Amino acid sequence: MNGRRNWVLSIVAIVVSAVVFLVPFAFIVLMAGKDRAQASLLDFSWPHQLQFVRNFADVVEARDYMLIIAYINSTVLTVASVAGMVVLAAMVAFVLQRRPGRWGGLVNFLVLAGLIVPPAVVPTIWVLKGTGTFGTMPGLILVEIAFGLSFCVLLFRAFIATIPRELDEAAVIDGAGPLRLFFRVIFPLLRSVIITAVVVQSVTVFNDFVNPLYFLPGDPTVQLTLYNFAGQYTSEYNLLFMNILLITVPPLVMFLFFNRRIVAGMTAGAIKG
Amino acid sequence: MKSPYPRWFYLPAALVYAVLFVVPTFASFYFSLTRWTIFESHFIGLDNFVTFFQEPALVKGFVNTLIYGVVTSGLKVVIGLGLAVLLTGRIAARGYLRSVVFFPVLVSTIGVGLTFTVLMNPERGLINQALGTVGVDGPGWLTDPAYALLSVALVDVWKGVGLATLIFIAGIVSIPQEYFEAARTDGASAWDMFRNITLPLARPATVTVVILSLIGGLRSFDLIWAMTRGGPGFTSDVVASVIYKQYQAGFAGLSTAGNVVLFVIVTAIVLPLSRFLNRKEVEL
Repeated sequence: MNGRRNWVLSIVAIVVSAVVFLVPFAFIVLMAGKDRAQASLLDFSWPHQLQFVRNFADVVEARDYMLIIAYINSTVLTVASVAGMVVLAAMVAFVLQRRPGRWGGLVNFLVLAGLIVPPAVVPTIWVLKGTGTFGTMPGLILVEIAFGLSFCVLLFRAFIATIPRELDEAAVIDGAGPLRLFFRVIFPLLRSVIITAVVVQSVTVFNDFVNPLYFLPGDPTVQLTLYNFAGQYTSEYNLLFMNILLITVPPLVMFLFFNRRIVAGMTAGAIKG
Repeated sequence: MKSPYPRWFYLPAALVYAVLFVVPTFASFYFSLTRWTIFESHFIGLDNFVTFFQEPALVKGFVNTLIYGVVTSGLKVVIGLGLAVLLTGRIAARGYLRSVVFFPVLVSTIGVGLTFTVLMNPERGLINQALGTVGVDGPGWLTDPAYALLSVALVDVWKGVGLATLIFIAGIVSIPQEYFEAARTDGASAWDMFRNITLPLARPATVTVVILSLIGGLRSFDLIWAMTRGGPGFTSDVVASVIYKQYQAGFAGLSTAGNVVLFVIVTAIVLPLSRFLNRKEVEL
């Protein structure tokens, strides 16, 4: 009716949102720039002496460049497991959508189970030890793939339903086998939904704390180093918050570039979950 | 002719999924009945479960899991719906508000946990300092056993409400505008429209938020571990943190029994609830 904006409500919302959601992030940034003495006051104040560069260097050098190693590990883990789960899930979703039936029912059941059932931790360690992959990067990558499959299958299946079957038939008539049909025709068409899945799952795997904690006790990932850092450097809050800041940067970059995709993926994956 | 959709496409995913998810899940039912060191197991019947429901620390974890799940998902529904109505209404700076509410969803849980641990420091923390300036004596959020679990739950809501809001926004936006216009012509108030149009027609979104946040809340581990490690004492322990503690202490069988308990809690709550909520869905 009247398209007039409610200015009072708007201003209240902006102020409240700034206090509740922006102040904690501003606090992280301010703390990361303080010297040790001022940081230990834990107050919300402007740094007397801005020393972002020094804190940055100190955090990176701490514990023999542990953070650099952790970043490399986390990157390998994220890239490999997300690539793996996307390809495997797309293959499942394709056949599942095109050829329902008895097997389809079982697969659907397993996909839903993967979203609901909490993973059994110690038995997973037992399996990993039995196959000689406990505490190794490939073992953890496979675990992340197994846990991430369900979400990707649901996302892809919904999208594949919108690709006309005539396309498959045309490709088959032209002599394409199943592999060609999938990798040359279908997979490229999934581009937009794949970007969504990659972005959402990268953030999830990058932020994962529990699985590296259990399955990769030897090598550090970024979340694990942050957690251990908090235990060791209890009095150096400036360095702790610099560490938090560095770990918040990758998701922030993802958010700035792929805001729409993330939102689409999270709501679409969720609503038909 | 052979199908262009061969079932062996399932195979690679099925292999990974079976070995690392299905097998451990079934194995957990057996190992929960044993005294186990990962290398050797010794069948002891239901002893682990008896221990689980007799040891006060473990019972506390069980009760806390239920409280945590209900509180976080309840608050996410109420606040998420409120924010979604606000953000689909006549308000300025919508894009900014949506972004700001959603961003914490993407941030590392450990980072959020450590930040709020500092903000909730009883003497020097920003929250109690701010409360102090208006004359309120803030509690020891994480150090007082009466508040620790609820404080962590509040941070969980802070971090997760953005996703709930987004899902509600998607639900509200899909309601045809004509309904609101018709109601307005009939002289309905904003509250009438919310009560009789938005609430019933956004039901699928509500169901999704309830189910998703319950699954997440009941299984939650990292935020609690980063903020209190189940403390003070074991007052903010949940089943997931008990599983970790027992594993670290070398009681693999007891830890796995905890996993089975968690499995039962999640399925016993989520499955009937989703069936019940989905059945009463309204027709558009």
